[in-house]
Amino acid sequence: MAETGRLRQTAVTAPGLSPVMLLRIAIIFSVLAVWEFLSHSGWLYRDVVPSLLAIGRALIDLLASGDYYFNLGVTAGEIGTALALGGVAGLAVGILLGANRFLSKAFEAYLYYLGPTPKIIFFPIMIMWFGVGPGSKIALGTLSCFFPVALNIAAGMRQIDKVLIRVGKTFRASTAQMVFKIYLPAMRHPIINGIRLGLGVALIGTLLAETKLSNKGIGFLIIQAYSIFDMPRMYALLIVLFVLAIGANALVGRLGGLDSIKRH
Amino acid sequence: MTVAALSKRSSRRGLAPPMVGLAVLVAFFLAIELLIQIGVLNRFIIPPPSEIVGSFGRVIIEEHVFSRFLLTLGECLTAGVMLTVFGVAGGVLMHRYKLLQQACETWVAAMASAPIVLMYPLFLVIFGRSAWTIIMMGFIAALPPVILKTIEGIAGTRKVLVNVGRSLNLTAAQQFWKILFPAALPTIFVGVRLGLIFALINIVGVEFLINFGGLGQLINELAERYDLAGTYAAICFVILVSVLFFMALEKAERWLRPVD
Repeated sequence: MAETGRLRQTAVTAPGLSPVMLLRIAIIFSVLAVWEFLSHSGWLYRDVVPSLLAIGRALIDLLASGDYYFNLGVTAGEIGTALALGGVAGLAVGILLGANRFLSKAFEAYLYYLGPTPKIIFFPIMIMWFGVGPGSKIALGTLSCFFPVALNIAAGMRQIDKVLIRVGKTFRASTAQMVFKIYLPAMRHPIINGIRLGLGVALIGTLLAETKLSNKGIGFLIIQAYSIFDMPRMYALLIVLFVLAIGANALVGRLGGLDSIKRH
Repeated sequence: MTVAALSKRSSRRGLAPPMVGLAVLVAFFLAIELLIQIGVLNRFIIPPPSEIVGSFGRVIIEEHVFSRFLLTLGECLTAGVMLTVFGVAGGVLMHRYKLLQQACETWVAAMASAPIVLMYPLFLVIFGRSAWTIIMMGFIAALPPVILKTIEGIAGTRKVLVNVGRSLNLTAAQQFWKILFPAALPTIFVGVRLGLIFALINIVGVEFLINFGGLGQLINELAERYDLAGTYAAICFVILVSVLFFMALEKAERWLRPVD
């Protein structure tokens, strides 16, 4: 029996041959085949669906150019700064609202309802306040990032085990000690989740602002490819951007051990 | 003390925090007004709140805000209908064919974290500078939560309900329409609500970015005209519309899920 079990297990875990993997490969190949067919069919406007070869070539050109890495650096810097500013502000406000019931009842509704509003419409104001340079993009990213972080932290604060708080109070911990020794370690998962959500919206806010008005950054490259109708380059940029965004999101989740929550 | 007096006192106590919140907000705007009037803040960067309030009427009448609102709402509802049809169908299909679900659910979840709205220049090329670019952008960007919540809702149907269906010898279609779908409806609506919120955010955003359509375009136009008070008023109006939209959806969800 044990031998059969072992054999069965070996068959199921054979690498790369599971039906799921086969289906995935089949889907990817079908999509690529349909794409290639459409690009040669002439049914759509020329260059709207460029051939895979053209996209591949554009992707290689893009990854080989120094210009791309400079613009990626600019965007990464803007997003990083936005995440740091929005994250710290969100963390502070979240802790304040989560720790104080009165403040939460007084102000949290504003954050809750302002959170899901479109932030890009604040861009004209950000341009007035911070200029047309990276400042306005960082400000928009910060504004986008602040709300999910603050709301997640405030909710996370309320879910902290009351026993932990009582232990801190029994030891007569100061406010700073309570924050750093009790609240923050107990809220690791809500904080990482908040940062993950914040990163997603900061990325969107910053890049959209770059497409609207800028002369550097990945958003600028995308809109530049659109203006000169270089479709393979636009596809290449979008592919790279999606891979980076999804990868960064997964990385933050993994670093924070979010996958371990699902397992337990 | 009587029960009535006690409840009156507790309701007064419950009202205190929101009143303080509102008072702080009003005090904040009064302070801004004062700082602008005494010249500490530049009125050509931040218009006085009184001027913004005053320009509301002008913006509403001269800029045809109502028809713009209807246009944005129409785009949002079209995207919403498409979301519901394709999102729910996608979710049902993935639940029905487990292999498909195992193969694609991770992809859909990854799509949810991808900056899909950044594809708007691509949609501009495909659909032109038209309402369809805006609608399709709202639709695609908001599709993942509807699919994921549909799968979650159907998979979360209580075992006892499924067994009741089986004991009554229901066909697969009857099992779906009489048991699975009604049980999953509240969760599906959570997905549709999230989808509609994402759709509204993306629709207004793309309207603003491509300078076409309803409320988003209004902000862009006023900003380009350097009508500062008007721009601020329009932004306030869009925020108000989004908040009301959000509240209405929340209310509908509570109506659908009265127990939780």
